[in-house]
Amino acid sequence: MPYQSGREAFMQGVRALIPLSPGVVPFGLLTGVMAINMGMSPGTTMGMTLLFYSGSAQMVALQLLHTGVVPLAIVVTALVINLRFIMYSASLAPHLHHLPRRWTWPLSYMLSDQSYALCSLKLSSGELGQFAHHYYAGTASAMWLSWQLSVLAGIYLGASIPETWSLSFAIPLSFLALLVPGIRSAASLAAASVGGLIAVLAINMPYNLGLITASIGGVIAGLLIEGVRKRPLSDVLTLTSRGRHHE
Amino acid sequence: MSDLALWGMFLAAGLGTFAMRLSFVELYGRLRIPSVLSRALLYVPASVLAALVLPAVVYPNGQGEFVLNNPQIPAAIIAVWVAWQTRNTVLTLAVGMGGLWLFKFFGV
Repeated sequence: MPYQSGREAFMQGVRALIPLSPGVVPFGLLTGVMAINMGMSPGTTMGMTLLFYSGSAQMVALQLLHTGVVPLAIVVTALVINLRFIMYSASLAPHLHHLPRRWTWPLSYMLSDQSYALCSLKLSSGELGQFAHHYYAGTASAMWLSWQLSVLAGIYLGASIPETWSLSFAIPLSFLALLVPGIRSAASLAAASVGGLIAVLAINMPYNLGLITASIGGVIAGLLIEGVRKRPLSDVLTLTSRGRHHE
Repeated sequence: MSDLALWGMFLAAGLGTFAMRLSFVELYGRLRIPSVLSRALLYVPASVLAALVLPAVVYPNGQGEFVLNNPQIPAAIIAVWVAWQTRNTVLTLAVGMGGLWLFKFFGV
């Protein structure tokens, strides 16, 4: 539904994010707890959290720091994990690019899996009206705040969360809760199945390249199934060979 | 690692991530998206999310070793069913975590 004011759209965005926060908060707590357990100071941990603003990249960086990997390899791994943001950026660009930089820079900095998942379909359908970017800003700010606060809380919880709670399982669960309702066609089911399967098989690829390989494989599977269901096979084959030239 | 190297690493990863998030928003119109790519974007969330979830469920230790006695697998299957039926994030998390604790407790 179109909103009457920017403020209303923003608040609706904030409200839309709240159901996702139980998946975010444990992950943030865990990140804070892990950093402190590794001997990082609270200031350094928050500096890292503000600069990265990316949970999975931060977790991986912490693990690699722990095993003594050189800084350059850590940077490369974190950026490879975050490659998906280029695709998110391309998908949101048609709806955000017309805004001035005082909007686009903060909104881009706050781009996350969660706010992307909440907004991408609603933005492209146009159902949000002229205050769509306020709605996106609401989801993004709420996500940013809950992430920073939960890492901060994790820092002060320190090591007091017992290992036996297996809180880290909340991370894949929160991704599942986003993934499953988004599967609406055979093509997206194929994308998810192939992506997940390759990621499992390619787990030992260096520098976490398995995640990227799996993502690209899943996307190609989705495109193939979409093509097969919409047009004759000969067209699909020319389409994919054309697709390869773009890569 | 020295403090300087640590902060340099944070800054490089942070700026690089920001550049990727901003890329197409900033250069819209100058960076052309091929039509195949824009259709491919539709499948990015499903593919990436599944690629994050499945290894995390199948390999509980974070390394590539398959563990037979893994309570995360039945817990995740139940969570998928709940997510499918209810589309409710909180319920999916609650049932998934509850399932994990139960399966752990009974040693499945």
